[in-house]
Amino acid sequence: MKCIIIDDEVAARAIVKQLCSKVSTLDIIGEFDNAIEAIKFLNQYDVDLIFLDIHMPGFSGVDFVQTLKNPPKIVMTTSDTEFAIAAYEYEAIIDYLVKPITQVRFEKCIQKVENTSFVTNSKNTTKANQEDVGEDLYINIDRRLIKLKLNDILVVEAKGDYIEVKTTKQDYRVHTTLKKIKEKLPENTFLQIHRSYIINFTKIIDIEDNSVLIEKSVIPISRSNRPELMRRLNLL
Amino acid sequence: MLEKPNLFYVQELAGDDLAFENKFIGILKDEFPLEQQEYVNCIEKSQLMDAAQIVHKLKHKFNILSMTESYTFAVAYEEELKKSRPQMDKRFREILNTIEDYLKTI
Repeated sequence: MKCIIIDDEVAARAIVKQLCSKVSTLDIIGEFDNAIEAIKFLNQYDVDLIFLDIHMPGFSGVDFVQTLKNPPKIVMTTSDTEFAIAAYEYEAIIDYLVKPITQVRFEKCIQKVENTSFVTNSKNTTKANQEDVGEDLYINIDRRLIKLKLNDILVVEAKGDYIEVKTTKQDYRVHTTLKKIKEKLPENTFLQIHRSYIINFTKIIDIEDNSVLIEKSVIPISRSNRPELMRRLNLL
Repeated sequence: MLEKPNLFYVQELAGDDLAFENKFIGILKDEFPLEQQEYVNCIEKSQLMDAAQIVHKLKHKFNILSMTESYTFAVAYEEELKKSRPQMDKRFREILNTIEDYLKTI
């Protein structure tokens, strides 16, 4: 199995590497001190198993799992049992190892990994699915159907019973919900980054802390949507 | 009296792989002082959430060095720091100093 290790501590990575070296079926092909670097690696290489530290500053192990569209098998490593239990919410997480990891516990974990059938990915592309969708969207305003080019839509904002569709030309107020328009927008171009906002991903000018800039609008990014946004970025 | 660190876990992990044992001790010697200094800086600047983060890392070192009581103490201290209560700092630094002294002997 091709494995990678993600942990911000050198000592912790060294321990997992040493444990892996005693199991002939495991091949460590990368180690990373942060999740962002690992995401870039996963975009290029197939990986069967990830040893992932839950508690990392900034971008935690759980955030990382949420960013993976088709995750490989994951074993969480942690100093806190309570974090580990939370991690079991994700299908890809096969087991968790509490630090300091012993040889006996590690071997049991690998057995469990090998015995678990799980449909793993090939590469985790950062690009969204290239869906075959139309280029236009008709919106109903005062009994008129107005054609919008999808590529002209910048931002869709929920405003009570209405949504506001901001385009490169003008803004439209439509009586519908964010959920309904989201179903009509192609996933490879549009992304919900906040409870009240869907953005045209290709129109981002920059991203700063917890907001994105699109034309002159600053759009907030919610904590729960941030991992998906990070996954979509073509990070250098 | 503070418990003493030891290399039992590291030696068990290494088995007869002396190269790993030496390399790992080197990692501890490199990584621990940086984390220790980072902790001191955070406390001095009253950055208690950051201090909690570094205590979280340091407590893993306590585990590696088989310091179970110190680990339990660090778990409690990490939670206290998250509540902006750094009163356990003095004893925590004593543990850090014990490890610092120990790492000089190996």
